[in-house]
Amino acid sequence: VKAYFFTEMPYPYVPEEVERALGSSRILVPNSYCDPVEMAELYNQYLDLYEYADDLGLDLMLNEHHETMTCLNSAISVTAGALARRTSGANIVLLGTPLPHRDNPVRVAEEIAILDCISRGRIISGFVRGVPTEIHPSNTNPVLNRARFEEAHDLVIKAWTTPGPFDWEGRFWNYRYVNPWPRPYQQPHPPIWITGSSPDNVPWVADRGYVFATFLTPYDWTSSLIDIYKRRCAEQGLPAPGPDRFAYLGMCYTAETDAQAQAEGEQLLWYLRRVRHPRFNAPPGYVSPLAQARSILGAAGKGYADSYETLQEKGIVMVGSPDTMIERIRTLYERCGVGHLLMMNHAGGMPAHQVRKSLELFAREVYPAVRELGATESQRAEQSVGLRSL
Amino acid sequence: VLFLHDLDYLNRTDYAFIQSLSERWRVAAPSHPGFGNAPLPEDFDSIEDLAYFYLDFLREHGPLHLVGAGFGGWIAAEVAIRCTHLIRSLILVDSLGIKVSDRTTSDIGDLFVVSPRELLEMCWHDVEIGEREMALPSPQHDEAELVQLLTGRRTAALMGWNPFMHDPKLLRRLARVDVPSLVVWGASDGLVTPAYGRAFAAAIPGARFAEIGAAGHYPYLEQPAAFVDVVRNFLSEVP
Repeated sequence: VKAYFFTEMPYPYVPEEVERALGSSRILVPNSYCDPVEMAELYNQYLDLYEYADDLGLDLMLNEHHETMTCLNSAISVTAGALARRTSGANIVLLGTPLPHRDNPVRVAEEIAILDCISRGRIISGFVRGVPTEIHPSNTNPVLNRARFEEAHDLVIKAWTTPGPFDWEGRFWNYRYVNPWPRPYQQPHPPIWITGSSPDNVPWVADRGYVFATFLTPYDWTSSLIDIYKRRCAEQGLPAPGPDRFAYLGMCYTAETDAQAQAEGEQLLWYLRRVRHPRFNAPPGYVSPLAQARSILGAAGKGYADSYETLQEKGIVMVGSPDTMIERIRTLYERCGVGHLLMMNHAGGMPAHQVRKSLELFAREVYPAVRELGATESQRAEQSVGLRSL
Repeated sequence: VLFLHDLDYLNRTDYAFIQSLSERWRVAAPSHPGFGNAPLPEDFDSIEDLAYFYLDFLREHGPLHLVGAGFGGWIAAEVAIRCTHLIRSLILVDSLGIKVSDRTTSDIGDLFVVSPRELLEMCWHDVEIGEREMALPSPQHDEAELVQLLTGRRTAALMGWNPFMHDPKLLRRLARVDVPSLVVWGASDGLVTPAYGRAFAAAIPGARFAEIGAAGHYPYLEQPAAFVDVVRNFLSEVP
């Protein structure tokens, strides 16, 4: 299991009563609450944490959201650029670039190719549709979100792999001369990761052999999506995917003792406890009318409102001493078979020194014991791919 | 009479206003493609697709009196700016579709974002009537009815998300409408205000404007008798 450090780069200084009064932690909270001087401190603190994680031998993950105190990384290529120069060994997962929300997919292809060249091939390019609350900030059509995602994806991949210039006359984008400079450092292109939390897009991801990532889903939910991926591969006559084809994002915190981890790790819940924005969570057509009807009639969600204990039982939150963390990660691996653990190891106002201490303990005492989990199985899967192609 | 319906509306034929109008005229009130159970053709994604759909309908069933309410009013206006040969008269009721205010002021309430309660208050003079009559996607509907309502919202969003429920060129093109026209508005409509309705009427050559008291965005449901009177008086004068 490969481990990645992740912080959503929150702004933890908005008084709770402000978001309660507005009924939302996103979109409606006036940006006058965001002090640029505080933000300068925070951005540098967060980038320092990423650099420290690189020093410890961890890989890194970044994400992007808009108009929300929960995530101030509103331009993923910018922060990835800062890290591409200041880190040396880590892979940098962009998870992801919100394709349907970007106006110019060729520009996306250029940005990621630049990052890949600067980092000498350490970029993993995740593409996402963007959660429903991203619809309003970009004001892109929610009904066309998936169609835009797919066309932008096809265009970016073609821009990376087909010698330019070529024409593109699609539904959403038209170009007479697609010919982006530079090309990606990794050939034919950086690895692609795709997120999902429902069965909808799993076959699409499986057919392309991309890494499938789920965020903060309970064990059973995660493993059922991974099963769909594996079944799809079998149905399509594709080689069985190894654990390195699956990623999971959980909230993680390692401390000296279980008691200390429970106490300090509870700060991670800041993210889950933000006021959930029901008004912006269901733009029309973002999901099918049937799926939306079922959620109105009370279908279960991810359970962000669950107690600290329940969240731990579901595997969404993993906190503990090094021994406990080894156990938790083994459980995750055994129940779901994921080969990449994206560790949301910071949230809210958790002080930087605690994050550093936690990452350092993880790197020294947990990682060596779990790092090889699934590695051989992935290699076996790779070898079987090789055999088949012979 | 061809009646083009609005959003958040169950397209039933037993509404009092349809019954009353049917005493004098043959009334067609179809579900738009992509609303209720009517399928949306694969390549439909803009209001003009619905306009051309109804232009084809006119070729088959016209000439007729064209009435459009809310989102259906927007469709009716888009039909009328393209061709009026088979339209005897045009009636727009609390219609969406034009841009009036400056670029930092929206004319049309954000019906997809406000809470159901706020939407009721925006759309009805008497919220209690609204609670009975307005078909909002809430748990009081069963799954099949919810799917119908959400399908309509999906189609409206597909065609009217950005720019929001209007066509920036429609206001100017309304000058092309050359048939007797009436703009009817609920005096308490808070989704699109009577001032917006007056701008609609002002843009259509010779159009009359009629306000219906004690009614919001759905005057034909909230004050059916008054609504039918206004429509009947207007239509009886159309040559």
